[in-house]
Amino acid sequence: MKFGVVIFPGSNCDYDSFHVLKRILKAETVFLFHKEDSLQNCDAIVLPGGFSYGDYLRTGSIARFTPIMQEVIAFAINGGIVIGICNGFQILCESNLLPGVLIKNENLRFKCFDTFLRVENNKTSFTKNFHSNEVVKFPIAHGDGCYFTEEETLVSLEKNEQILLKYCDRHGNITPDSNPNGSVANIAGICNEKKNVFGLMPHPERCSESILGSTDGIKIFESIFNNN
Amino acid sequence: MFLAKIFITRRRSILDPQGKAVELGIKSIGLENISDVRIDKYIELKINDSVYASAVQSIEKVCNDLLANSHLEDFTYELIEL
Repeated sequence: MKFGVVIFPGSNCDYDSFHVLKRILKAETVFLFHKEDSLQNCDAIVLPGGFSYGDYLRTGSIARFTPIMQEVIAFAINGGIVIGICNGFQILCESNLLPGVLIKNENLRFKCFDTFLRVENNKTSFTKNFHSNEVVKFPIAHGDGCYFTEEETLVSLEKNEQILLKYCDRHGNITPDSNPNGSVANIAGICNEKKNVFGLMPHPERCSESILGSTDGIKIFESIFNNN
Repeated sequence: MFLAKIFITRRRSILDPQGKAVELGIKSIGLENISDVRIDKYIELKINDSVYASAVQSIEKVCNDLLANSHLEDFTYELIEL
C-alpha cells in the first residue's frame, strides 16, 4: 500500500507524518506537492497539520483550490482513503468532503497538551485496530479546533456512526471538562458517510513511537495499512 | 469594469473572538457604554466585465465558493461600475 503526504505552503506536520509512515510503519510513502496534479497512484492520502496558506481568509479555505486537492477530492469521491489531521481536517471540511467546520476554540486559547479520546466506532478503515470504546491518549495543538455543525447534521452523524473519536476523561466518560475546545458533542474526529474520508484534530503522528511517550497513534495508520 | 465592495459578516450565533477581545480592550480603557463589538471582513476586488448580470454571477461564485463559509458567515456586496 502506497501513502501520499500532501505538502501545502505552511504545512508543518508533513515530515512527521512521512516519518511515521515510511520509517515506523515501513510503508511506501511519497510527498505530493500542492502544485502537482497527480496522486502518483497512491492508495491513501494524508493531509497533514500546519497552517496552509497562512490560514488567511479561514483555516483550510485556500488549500481547497490547489491542483492537488482537485485530485484528492475526485479520489475521495471515488472511494479513496483520505485522512486529514488538524489543518488537514479543516481542509476536508472546507472541501465539503466532511460536514461542518472548525472554528476558534471556545475559550480563545491555543491548546497544546495530551487529550484522552474514546473510539466511538471501530469498524472503519481508520479505527479497525482499536477496541470498541477504547480510551487512547493523543496530543492536540490547535487554535481553531472547535468542531461546529448544526443540530440536523449532528443527528445524522450520530445515526450513521460517523463520529469516530470523542474527547473524554481518562476513564472514557464524555464530560464538558474533557472537551478542550468546545467542540459540539465532544467531537474530536469524524468520517464521511461512505467511511473513506476521516478528519481529526488530535495528532496521531505525534504519538506513534514509544520515545514520544505513547504509541496509541500508530493504530490509526496501522488500521489503514492492514485493512485496505 | 466593476469594483466590488464585499462585506463578510460572521453569524451572530457564532463566537467572534476578535470582537470579544477588542470589547475587553474597550472596557479596559474605561468605556463601559460600548458593547456588541463585531469585527468582520471587508474585501475589495475588481471584475473585468462590462455586463452587470455576469459580474453579479462572478461575485456570487467567489463569495459562495471561497470568501465566505456558509456554516459561519453571510455576505453582502456593492457593485460600482468604473
